[in-house]
Amino acid sequence: MKDMTFGTILAVFEEIFGIGLFWTLVAAAALVTATYIYVLIRDHSISWRKFLLAQLSMPIGAVLAVWFILVVTSSKLSDLGGPVDIIVFFGIATAGAIGTAILVYTIQSLVRPRQ
Amino acid sequence: MDIKLNRRQMLSLAAGGAALAATGGAQRAAAQVATKARIVIIGAGAGGTSLANRLVERLDGAQITVIDPRAEHLYQPGLSLVAAGLKPENYVVSKTTDWLPKSVTLIAEAASAIDPEAKTVDTAGGQSIAYDFLVVAPGLILDHDAIDGFSLDMVGKNGIGALYAGPQYAAATWQAAQAYTETGGVGLFTRPATEMKCAGAPLKHTFLIEDIARTANTRGKLDVHYMSNNDSLFGVPIVSEKVRMLFGDRGITPAYSHVLSGIDAGAKTATFVTPDGAVTREYDYIHVIPPQRAPEVIRQSGLSWADKWTDQGWVECDNATLHHLRYDTIWALGDVAGVPKGKTAASVKWQVPVVEDGLIAAIEGRASTETYNGYTSCPMITRVGRAMLVEFDYNNNLVPSFPGIIAPLEELWISWLMKEVALKATYNAMLRGRA
Repeated sequence: MKDMTFGTILAVFEEIFGIGLFWTLVAAAALVTATYIYVLIRDHSISWRKFLLAQLSMPIGAVLAVWFILVVTSSKLSDLGGPVDIIVFFGIATAGAIGTAILVYTIQSLVRPRQ
Repeated sequence: MDIKLNRRQMLSLAAGGAALAATGGAQRAAAQVATKARIVIIGAGAGGTSLANRLVERLDGAQITVIDPRAEHLYQPGLSLVAAGLKPENYVVSKTTDWLPKSVTLIAEAASAIDPEAKTVDTAGGQSIAYDFLVVAPGLILDHDAIDGFSLDMVGKNGIGALYAGPQYAAATWQAAQAYTETGGVGLFTRPATEMKCAGAPLKHTFLIEDIARTANTRGKLDVHYMSNNDSLFGVPIVSEKVRMLFGDRGITPAYSHVLSGIDAGAKTATFVTPDGAVTREYDYIHVIPPQRAPEVIRQSGLSWADKWTDQGWVECDNATLHHLRYDTIWALGDVAGVPKGKTAASVKWQVPVVEDGLIAAIEGRASTETYNGYTSCPMITRVGRAMLVEFDYNNNLVPSFPGIIAPLEELWISWLMKEVALKATYNAMLRGRA
């Protein structure tokens, strides 16, 4: 890849989703992250009760993320062919799991602030 | 159970998030060059459009004119996917004007004559445009008439495919190919003996149709043959060997030095020129890729090589700078360039900065510094869901973008993901001059 700069990567992502949708997704991710940090600061603690449900949701997020990628790219699990494919596969699953955990934790904290 | 965090721990957590959010994009801001130069670009395809966008950013006051009669812009790397039923016809179609900067003048007519001595380009509509610098990027011509008995209205029926001819023909090709995957029989997958766009595409079509039949459990009915134009399966020897092994694995039979010269659609036979004379083969499905040549206007204007590719007429230019060897105000870009490799969108991506630098260097009166090494990339699809990210240069060296991570001769899911998700996006970013 020639000129693999941050600007190039940004341009490619804008083209993948369209400028509007891409920045909406970025804003949504930033909002969830900011809200997560907000509830941590507000509560001054991590609630392990809420964290338990967040952890339980992680496998669901992992599966959903992998399923989404497979569907949009017309591929299937048996197409994984080499070590890098396994790494990418687990990367996608991990990203889905962590994202879901943060989302679930944040929603619980907003809905039920104190326990 | 709860864990109490003190204020400092909380603040550092928050600061981490803020730092992530603040990673802004610093745009490249090269100083603009002031000039009154008249620059004419023939062709608004991948090369011409990308160059126009980059020149607009780099030059202040230049008069840039793009000449191209085509209202539609085609994302040609997508045609293989349309012809395998993986993408709809409109996946590859957009408007030429969607991509061009407002400050360039688009003349929606064909260039009819180029006079490199008087430095003018005439158009089919009777205009004559004077230039200081000319970039020829009109693409190439598919010479369907060179195949006896073949015409484009046959595509999609009676087992005839021709995906290069455009989106509607790629979609029609899928109709014929899909029927073939159901009914089976002999499939002949051809390629021309001339230089051609994306020499991987004939192989991709073969691999994809074979794989689709395999998935549909009809593979046993298909007898698949790849008709190579010479004694190899791909121009880069190490890739050719890999393809030979994959063909062995998939049960695809290669026929070497078989160049399609004609078809009899009624009898379903095809004639090939071989070293042993003409050979006629029966088919149930045939994929036709015709000989490819520079547009007539290039060949008539005296810009072509006189001693190379004389039947094809590619522009005589330096391999490294793409600068015309006889006219120092002319550059070739994209398919029409008379260089040994590089009729792909990936090559265009590498060539555009070279022509841009050559042109701006000429305006500034300095020597250009950028060179093109023949880089070409082919995400060689070997089945639905897997591809090999093959990248190479003039010297047939593999030049992987991600050495040690993405192996060039390995069938990988990640290479398929890149083709599916990132390739068109990268292409579009390139058109806008941003990649």
